[in-house]
Amino acid sequence: MTDAPAPAPATATDTAARPADGLLARARRSPVLWAVAALAVLLLFNLVANPGFFALRFQDGHLFGNLVNVVKNVAPVLLIAVGMTLVIATRGIDLSVGAVLAISGSVAFTIVEGADDPSSGSTAALAIGVALAAGLVLGAWNGFLVSVVGIQPIIATLVLMTAGRGIAMLITDGNIVTAENPVFDWLGGGYVAGIPVQIVITGLVLLVVGVLTRRTALGVLIEAVGVNPAAARLAGVRARSITFTVYVFVAFTAAVAGLMVTANVSAADANRAGLFIELDAILAVVIGGTSLAGGRYSLTGTVVGALILQTLTTTVLTMGLPDEYIRLFKAVVIIMVFLLQAPRVRAALRRRRRPGPGSSTAPDGDAAAASGSVPPDPVRPASPVPAPGTGTVPGRTAEQEVLR
Amino acid sequence: MTVSDTRPPEEQVPAPPRPATSRPGWQGAVHRWLRSTSTGSSTFSVLVTAVLLVVLFGAGSIRYENFGYPQVALNLLVDNAYLIVLAVGMTFVILTGGIDLSSGAVVALGTVMAASLLQAGWPAPLVIAVVLATGALLGWLMGLAIHGLQLQPFIVTLAGMFLARGICFAISGPSIPIQDDLFTTVAINVVELPGGTFLSYGAVLALVVVAIAAFVLHRTRFGRTVYAIGGSESSAALMGLAVGRTKVGVYVISGFCSALGGLLFSVYILSGWSLHGIGLELDAIAAVVIGGTVLVGGRGLVVGSLLGVLVLGTIKALIDFDGGLNSWWTKITVGVLLLVFVVLQRVTGRNSGTAS
Repeated sequence: MTDAPAPAPATATDTAARPADGLLARARRSPVLWAVAALAVLLLFNLVANPGFFALRFQDGHLFGNLVNVVKNVAPVLLIAVGMTLVIATRGIDLSVGAVLAISGSVAFTIVEGADDPSSGSTAALAIGVALAAGLVLGAWNGFLVSVVGIQPIIATLVLMTAGRGIAMLITDGNIVTAENPVFDWLGGGYVAGIPVQIVITGLVLLVVGVLTRRTALGVLIEAVGVNPAAARLAGVRARSITFTVYVFVAFTAAVAGLMVTANVSAADANRAGLFIELDAILAVVIGGTSLAGGRYSLTGTVVGALILQTLTTTVLTMGLPDEYIRLFKAVVIIMVFLLQAPRVRAALRRRRRPGPGSSTAPDGDAAAASGSVPPDPVRPASPVPAPGTGTVPGRTAEQEVLR
Repeated sequence: MTVSDTRPPEEQVPAPPRPATSRPGWQGAVHRWLRSTSTGSSTFSVLVTAVLLVVLFGAGSIRYENFGYPQVALNLLVDNAYLIVLAVGMTFVILTGGIDLSSGAVVALGTVMAASLLQAGWPAPLVIAVVLATGALLGWLMGLAIHGLQLQPFIVTLAGMFLARGICFAISGPSIPIQDDLFTTVAINVVELPGGTFLSYGAVLALVVVAIAAFVLHRTRFGRTVYAIGGSESSAALMGLAVGRTKVGVYVISGFCSALGGLLFSVYILSGWSLHGIGLELDAIAAVVIGGTVLVGGRGLVVGSLLGVLVLGTIKALIDFDGGLNSWWTKITVGVLLLVFVVLQRVTGRNSGTAS
């Protein structure tokens, strides 16, 4: 990870709105930096270990190659991660996306299988329409629990995470539903202008979300809700509607991803479709530098985070290792990225780079961790962020306070 | 360190601020009614869980013959011993306001390590010690990352989950049978109880763990610090409590309990497999929540978690007894129960909403 400054220009793009204070300094502060560095190291490793990794072919008007596969396979996770970024920015989390994905796929394929004419376009349209509507309803349910009833997001969505797979199995009657339909075949393996459909869909959603949240005030409002819901409400932000909307949106992305995943294999497996995809999506968001404590978020970071996870998987597979090792490698990379992103480690690194008045007074991470008794850190949150809700915000746990 | 620690833990938690004006509408009415019927909401939640357990079991006894026997009730303990131990560890973590997603994976790691080490000819007591130490070590590392590096528990234990499962796969992909004498003896023999009933050694051990946990939480400085951190970490630190040591400690306890759960599971199932216990952490969290522990921390009883596990076990037993219901009804019922209890906590407890 010594080539950190190299990918710096790439990270600066998403913080363009901030006042200019030196591209390099800004990039160094950006939490996306380490994610980009990790991705660069991974790609570099591939360049050395298996040079064929970067080969791209243009065949029958379609693009082929390992890199295309990475981007194509990452599409469902990335799509959900985009929605998850917004949810996490409001200091929420959605554990139910895997279940929503399974329900969406099950609904769609059950409709296609049961239709009079399974291969017609109208059947596919109906199936897709009902599946997306189911996603919206489930999202509205989560949003209702979180924003109206006021249940903590992690437990509110745990309800649907637990019950959702049961519902999906209820829909498919416990079977794996298979069906053939040209529209779903196209969704699973089709191309638009030589690019896989799933990449196009994900790219479009990413573009729309990016424009909507970064070119309008919506992104700032979402961050305001994440920093302090009560203060945001007092400032005239409709915190409740925004919270509700992000949960509906993430469920919608999960429903679309459900259609993709089921179309990929032409089968809806209520038990296994999208298993652990919520964890991958959350990891992608967090690796991308968005804090689970809410507030500032980075869509660029989420894209990089999702690409890291998928590149890792593809790397392990192309090296001929059994896929059991994916988790181990994932864990190692994740732990390294997290360690580098940790506030204490970052502070220590900064101190080493420019010793002087700018350095924080926090003790070195290891020393404080080892000593353990009465560390000064829980008292610290008063200093860096003076105003927004130190201590009295309901539902904000103590360690989140520390993180701010 | 001069703070008097003699008060019962419920009092040590800063009292929830009573709303200055009662909330309007039906919520307020329900709120007032529930307040009037209970003194401590922790005890009240546990009572609700206990009533639910009795009602579920009673309904089963009426609906299905053979359900009402004492041995069926004891089998709830026998079949869920590992989950009870897991839920105990999870209770400690959740009481501090954290969460441990790694416990299911550590269970799998425990079974795989035990099976492979026994296969390699290690003596059983040494294997047990190594497995327990590994669980505690993993918990310690996660605790250090959470407290020392100020990372979120959710994400650290998620990484721990991937790591533990990854190590499992690295040790052995396929399932390994356990043929060790000690393990099979413990698995086969039971503790005879009056009336022709019995408990497995695992179930007895699980109950002992619950008793020890209850003692630690309510009769030691460590336990009171756990509640204090859950109430307010900064207040606990300002009071001079050992916040860091305790926060790391709860993850060590959870890791240890997960490893112990893994040993109990390997005795129960007599094999080690890297895919054992997938989603077990969610069962444990569900049991803790159904048992009345609040996820933001500070309130809850370890007995509640025991009852929560038994409620989950009863639902599974009911669906098994019915035979006509499919297994996915278990998931739906658990989801609905979770919802009911969370809404109940929301209505009775302090304002823990984040978005409203």
